[in-house]
Amino acid sequence: MRNSGDTENLAHRTPAEPDSAILSIRNDNDIVLAARNTMPEPTRYKTTDEVDFVIIGSGAAGGVLAKELSTNGFRVVVLEQGPYLTEADFTHNEVEVLMRNQLTNHPKLQPTTFRKTPQDKAKHHRALVYGRMVGGSSVHFTANYWRFHEIDFIERSKVGPVPGANLADWPITYADLEPYYTKVEWEIGVSGLAGASPFDPPRSKPYPMPPLPVKSGGVIFERAARKLGLHPFPAPMAILSQPRPGRSACVQCGFCESFGCEVGAKSSTLATVIRMAEKTGRCEIRPNCYVHRIETNANGRVIGAAYFDKKRVTHLQRAKAVVVCANGAETPRLLLLSSSKQFPNGLANSSGLVGKYLMLNSGPSAMAVFEHPLNDYKGVAVSRILHDFYELDPQKVGFCGGGGLDARFDLTPINFASAGYDMGGLPPGTPRWGKEFKAALAHNYTRSVEIVSHGTSLPVESNSFSLDPVLKDAWGLPALRMTYKDHPDDLKLGAFLKDRIMELLDATDAVQKWASPVEEQDFAYHLLGTCRMGNDTKSSVINADHRTHDVKNLFLCDGSSLVTSGRGQPTLTISALAYRAADRITALARRGEI
Amino acid sequence: MNESVSRRRFLSRGVTGLSAVWASAHWPALLAAATHAHQAAKSAAPPKFEFFTPEEAKEIDAITSRIIPTDDTPGAHEAGVVYFIDRGLTTFGVDDQKTYREGLPELQARVTEVFQGKSKFSELTPEQQDEVLHSFDEESPKGRQRRFRTSPGAQNFFETLRQHTIAGFLIDPDYGGNHDAAGWKVIGREREHMFQPPFGYYDKGYPGWEVAAKADMKEAEKK
Repeated sequence: MRNSGDTENLAHRTPAEPDSAILSIRNDNDIVLAARNTMPEPTRYKTTDEVDFVIIGSGAAGGVLAKELSTNGFRVVVLEQGPYLTEADFTHNEVEVLMRNQLTNHPKLQPTTFRKTPQDKAKHHRALVYGRMVGGSSVHFTANYWRFHEIDFIERSKVGPVPGANLADWPITYADLEPYYTKVEWEIGVSGLAGASPFDPPRSKPYPMPPLPVKSGGVIFERAARKLGLHPFPAPMAILSQPRPGRSACVQCGFCESFGCEVGAKSSTLATVIRMAEKTGRCEIRPNCYVHRIETNANGRVIGAAYFDKKRVTHLQRAKAVVVCANGAETPRLLLLSSSKQFPNGLANSSGLVGKYLMLNSGPSAMAVFEHPLNDYKGVAVSRILHDFYELDPQKVGFCGGGGLDARFDLTPINFASAGYDMGGLPPGTPRWGKEFKAALAHNYTRSVEIVSHGTSLPVESNSFSLDPVLKDAWGLPALRMTYKDHPDDLKLGAFLKDRIMELLDATDAVQKWASPVEEQDFAYHLLGTCRMGNDTKSSVINADHRTHDVKNLFLCDGSSLVTSGRGQPTLTISALAYRAADRITALARRGEI
Repeated sequence: MNESVSRRRFLSRGVTGLSAVWASAHWPALLAAATHAHQAAKSAAPPKFEFFTPEEAKEIDAITSRIIPTDDTPGAHEAGVVYFIDRGLTTFGVDDQKTYREGLPELQARVTEVFQGKSKFSELTPEQQDEVLHSFDEESPKGRQRRFRTSPGAQNFFETLRQHTIAGFLIDPDYGGNHDAAGWKVIGREREHMFQPPFGYYDKGYPGWEVAAKADMKEAEKK
């Protein structure tokens, strides 16, 4: 494994992108590609070098900012808490990846607590998962890549106040972000078919490559949806349908969700912009660096980031400005950990809103079994989606929100067989072992598809990430505490989407179908809204330039910046925000305003 | 060198070094060769137990064979699940060693408690074996028929073993279980690292999104 990241000598390797190679077959048992690596020596800075920017986190936002800021001429250090893995390290090993958390935050080293409301006592509970490696969650995600629609930025103005939620308009609109959506799609590579959905927001350019092949589950979904007068369309995915330099087109291996792509077809920031950032010669990606504090000086400016290296030795990387891209859980946690005399409630927290308005997205799903094999384990998880229910009229449906549906199969073989647990693919009531269990596995594995809904989470102030007052992580730092109770409208939306899923399945020849219950959530995949963007310093944490209201040289950009949750699939929006933030920050820096 | 490593290296490093178009086009043949080499290397040496004694292994094998039994298709025994667990307990599952050390004797004690004169799980008939396992499986409706004092350790042992059996039966054969891809044959998963459409019954002959959209709309108009 190449997760060297020894910060004593900073001698880590960077991913190879050679310009020529030969194929050599050494003997019958070994096929090796010998490649001439022309990558220059990786850039390294000393911690005492005051670089222009320290970026904390290298995921969907941090990777993009690293590339953009270094390309614009700035000296950048990216501090990533996870290891530096590359395609060579990625496997289909379910035990290592799913059971042993090879690519994610570790529940033993980084334990979390959960409670529903601030009145409850939080209990030790695994509350969230995120990608913990260079590239962050963009490495292990499913790669669904929806744009937000216009409504997501202006919903408050359109529907008015929602009791129990603090719905707000964004300080930017879809039109402001559109050029950056396009930039992401073309720069990292997104497959899709522009114009296929009548509900799509306007776009300045089509997708750079055609959609990935449809799967049997997608065909079934598409036919049933059209029977009902709905508008199914090819799923936009951040996975290559055509090769790009140094990256293969998708080989349909089916191990997208939770796994790293072995052939570079998934358009993670690791496979794309991080390599471009390193090529500038001005960006150092420093893995295995767990930032635990952002340091400030007497003038209330940040001076750098303090982190533990792999050996838990602490260092301070000095910088003129800090950009936190650590995700919607770790970003607010880091701000709260960075409290001081000057910032007693946490850094950049004069509003008291750091960590609040957590949104997760939600939606029930249903499994269906068909007479003939679908073999939906092949290919990317999702090939068809629909957005007919994206924008609903609250007057008609009785709640605020909307959602999308997709047809997917993302259960690895072991997951599929783990019936009775959170992600099993077998019908409820199937025996958990023995002859009948085996028979159900043998019959259903190739014949199943899941219809999954993705919907709004409304911003509720008490839904939050905060520091647990008791529990500590393996480094002795306060653990994350998640407080979350779905807004009643979110549950109504769930019930609505469940009905639509079952109607859709009724229009198929499914021989068996069953839905998951609509219930309150206690586990987070999407980490959104916890340092929301806004013009008013009292009701938001950052401004439209991603600068914190309180600290001039501190910027935040990741899922925490979102003001609304969209309808699911937030990663494209997070990357688009990062491209835009890089433009704004560059302009500020060039004007000497940081 | 471990063949699976070299195969993965081939997969990943290989493609970044080549013209990706060339690599995409030539993969099937290259992969077939790499897979063949891997399998040839794998069949060379018979595996040995590192954690279990041969007697313990026999018991574990018998239990896993009730969790995923052999019928007209292979079960946990044919997939070599006991070898996967044995290796697992010295590698990824070190934390579970205690569960096995304490759980197995407790299970044998239950055998004697229920079936006088028997001391080993492996000596029982399949029906008797199932009865013993149901008594450990709290979620099993049959487990409630006979009341036993449920020891948390024993329940944990059965649950751990159940999960390990599923993992050993269905994991990618490159990672030490699912011998000869027996588990994948049972569930109908092809042992390939890349696939091409059509994938299944329902996407055969799919005419493309635009054509399908028009055809479906015509049909809707007829109605």
